[in-house]
Amino acid sequence: MHEWALAYAVAGTAIGECAKKGVKRATVSVLLGELQQIDQGLFLFALKEISEQKNCGLKFKIKTQKAVFRCRACGKKWGFSGKEKTLGADNREFVHFVPEAIHSFSRCPKCGSRDFEVEKGRGVLIEKIRAE
Amino acid sequence: MDPRKSAIKLQLSRVKKIIAVTGCKGGIGKSVTAATLALLLAKQGKKTGLLDLDFFSPSGHLILGSLPEFPKEEKGIIPPKIHGIEFMSIVFFTEGQPVPVRGKGVSDALVELLAITAWGELDALVIDMPPGLGDSTLELLLSAEKAEFLVLSTPSELSKKSAQRLLAFLKEAGKPVLGIIENMARENNEKNSWGEKFLGRIMLDSSLENAIGKPSELLETGFAKQLSQLAEKVL
Repeated sequence: MHEWALAYAVAGTAIGECAKKGVKRATVSVLLGELQQIDQGLFLFALKEISEQKNCGLKFKIKTQKAVFRCRACGKKWGFSGKEKTLGADNREFVHFVPEAIHSFSRCPKCGSRDFEVEKGRGVLIEKIRAE
Repeated sequence: MDPRKSAIKLQLSRVKKIIAVTGCKGGIGKSVTAATLALLLAKQGKKTGLLDLDFFSPSGHLILGSLPEFPKEEKGIIPPKIHGIEFMSIVFFTEGQPVPVRGKGVSDALVELLAITAWGELDALVIDMPPGLGDSTLELLLSAEKAEFLVLSTPSELSKKSAQRLLAFLKEAGKPVLGIIENMARENNEKNSWGEKFLGRIMLDSSLENAIGKPSELLETGFAKQLSQLAEKVL
């Protein structure tokens, strides 16, 4: 998803949950999967702007989860960045929009299989909403 | 909590009608039907979208003749227009490469596409579904609650049995069926064994294959004219 669209979705979901429980002020913990390559600075800015616009009393904390891939054919595990990076810069943008596109451009660095699981770091989740 | 679900509600909120073209077998004409239906609706002046949800065999862009420019981004991705239709497909993000994705990955990709695509105001969104009752169909039932199903079959007994299973499932799930079309028919004098939802038969049209990729020719085929007559009954 994209930073502003993502921020609207996160804020909208959090506001809805708080309204259901009658919570007026809360801290929302958001987990950003590395695979989506969200610009954290822009994302936080968008969340802040939206919260102020909606006057909803929410604060946001962001945590990033590193991506871990596991090959179903040979069991090899590898990551999205660093020495075992297997995705070119051009194709990273496609993965930014739809993370499952990773299967079109990446292969197991050991056996070359495209049949791998994204064990961690795929998506965006609201981990918890803590009322204040 | 998955925030994409609320994004989907927002993205589909100004779409008046969602028509999922579905069927249980491959090769029965779902993609051609979906694309042609979208072209017909656009020709009528309706604001129309076409969403190709067949991740393993995306064909919408081939039937329409080309892949439009990469979608622009503005608080979501804006589906580019081709032949009057706003078009979205996984193919924009895979460069035509295979997408070998298992179960949850299919659901996740479908949810992602629905969540990020900013359709805006549409009179109709036609969805080209992959065959069967797998992850895509099951996820669509949850994510696009107002989807109505146009079920395709061919005259083959194998296809009919599969379609009947699909219809039974949709009925059990309380999902609306717009109608049933028997495609690639060779005779039109068989008794209607489908019941009241049967819209009719589309006779096999040998000119159709040559019109694939040429939307203006596609709209002139016997297939398109027959589809238009049947679709008018419900749209």
